[in-house]
Amino acid sequence: MEWLAAITTGGLAGLGLWMLLDRNLKRVVLGVVVLGNAINLGVLTAGRFFGERPAFVEAGNAVSTANPLPQALVLTAIVIGFSLFIFALALLKRTRELHGDKTTDSVSSITEQPAPDWHDSEHENDASGAEARR
Amino acid sequence: MNHALLVAPILIPLCSLLLAIILRRHLLAVRVLSLSGAALLLAVGLVLVWQAAQGVVLSGQVGNWQAPFGISLVIDRLSAVMIAISALVALVTLLYGVAKDNDSKIGRDFHLFIQGLLTGICGAFITADIFNLYVWFEVLLIASFALMALGGGSRRLAGSMTYVALNLFATLIFLLSAGLVYGASGTLNMGELAVIMRSGEAPPGVTPALLLMLLSFAIKAALFPVFGWLPATYHVALTAVSAMFAGLLTKVGVYALIRLVTLLWPEHGLPHQLLLWVACATMLVGVLGAAAQTEVRRILSFHIVSQVGYMILGLALATPLALAGAVFYLIHHIVVKANLFFIGGLAARICGSERLADMGGLYKRMPWLALLFAIPALSLAGIPPLSGFWAKFLLVKASLDAAAWWAAAIALLTGVFTLLSMNKIWNEAFLKPHPGGEEALQTVTGIRAAWLGMSALALLTVLIGLGAGPLIDYAVAAAAQLADPQAYLQPFTGAGGI
Repeated sequence: MEWLAAITTGGLAGLGLWMLLDRNLKRVVLGVVVLGNAINLGVLTAGRFFGERPAFVEAGNAVSTANPLPQALVLTAIVIGFSLFIFALALLKRTRELHGDKTTDSVSSITEQPAPDWHDSEHENDASGAEARR
Repeated sequence: MNHALLVAPILIPLCSLLLAIILRRHLLAVRVLSLSGAALLLAVGLVLVWQAAQGVVLSGQVGNWQAPFGISLVIDRLSAVMIAISALVALVTLLYGVAKDNDSKIGRDFHLFIQGLLTGICGAFITADIFNLYVWFEVLLIASFALMALGGGSRRLAGSMTYVALNLFATLIFLLSAGLVYGASGTLNMGELAVIMRSGEAPPGVTPALLLMLLSFAIKAALFPVFGWLPATYHVALTAVSAMFAGLLTKVGVYALIRLVTLLWPEHGLPHQLLLWVACATMLVGVLGAAAQTEVRRILSFHIVSQVGYMILGLALATPLALAGAVFYLIHHIVVKANLFFIGGLAARICGSERLADMGGLYKRMPWLALLFAIPALSLAGIPPLSGFWAKFLLVKASLDAAAWWAAAIALLTGVFTLLSMNKIWNEAFLKPHPGGEEALQTVTGIRAAWLGMSALALLTVLIGLGAGPLIDYAVAAAAQLADPQAYLQPFTGAGGI
């Protein structure tokens, strides 16, 4: 079993990395998700598959039960990963609305623009956004 | 009492956060809660430092589950001082933010997320379990994402996008390496892992997995060659936010590196050799990168990278003096760097721009601000008698003692370049007349609290410089504790140690 899971992990991780390197930000975000899932599977596999039975055992009878610790770790990681994915999606949506572009090049060039950060100058931020749209 | 103290640094910001969410409709209540929460945390931090200075190491198991099944928590000298200094920076950040949170929505969210960030930071300093460390990293990461994007605007969101993508990647590497370490060694408890590593019979897969983990911390700490995300994103956040990030976030990565490397490799080994090269490259590349920048906060961001190199230099040399130097540098740097960001942000606000070319005339208009800038700037460059001088002195002496004369040369050279950079900001923003004439300078009101916070940090810089003795003693004792981490090892070796 482990070899199958290990190969799947490798394949998914490769796919995720490839998408991370894309210029399209939508793909970058999806790449993080694919890579995250690959790594979740990897963590689960690293804990070895001892057995098929769920890890609810009576005292003294722990034969061929699955290792519960990696499951707990991955469950934590899945929950965290999901919330971070949602945040990244929201950020992506808003970024795209503001300057109508979603390639990595344009995003990094926008961060080079001068823009003071105090609140009464929010209109300046909008102005630079409009500029980028043009 | 000791158990309460052990978890207090996590519980205080967490409770402030939860209460503030409940009371979120009343901005004043949120402000008061958040400020008093940070002040209480600072008080607890000082108590912890006072206790740690007497040699008391707090340790315990969450929920009374025996190690390694439960999560171990340990507060030693290094953890205690990190908690205290984080609380101080958070308090000043909140004071600075109060002046600007007239926009009730941003103001409220700012307080909530700062408390969330503080929870994650303190948790990371206390835990003695690798997976728990991952969870705390995630807590501080999600809070930092929200803080980064706070205030909105095109440029800020674009920067947040970069920040989110690259930090998520680093965290995923951390998760993978945690899984691999567990798979190879069968434990996630730092103490048990240290016992396995020190026994000389570590299973074959453990070392590569741990090196992968060091890589993920290196990304967090912005070491060469994986520092690119930091100068690309820190300048887009609100001033108060970027100051807190500059002071604390990379230092959590540095703390994790110091903790793991000292625990797992007590002898000089492969990680030390790697880190020595990385440290020297980080110092030089960071400071040279700063030379090419023309915006205040971007210059300062590159200096964070270069300064982190010094701390890693201390870790890589691994002599007691070098470790003490790294701890001292960590403390000095957090205070100085956060203050420089605060002052730089205020200067930019008065000048109406963050570009050095569009700034000027500040020395004539606000000599006090100029003095306030000069203190941390000279300290950063390592001019005696300020705190940076002692930090650099310890590290250079340690390098010379370890016969790493070229590392000492690079450290000194980096200091000279740092001085040049600070000189650039001084000449352009403070001495030169403002290009738009004197009337172009804006008057900023309602920043009394910010002045208070900045002055307190500057005063601390001077005090550390003038009375460096006690802090150096503390750093030396902290380094001794790092070299002999009984609180971590003891549950697995019996009372006698190895």
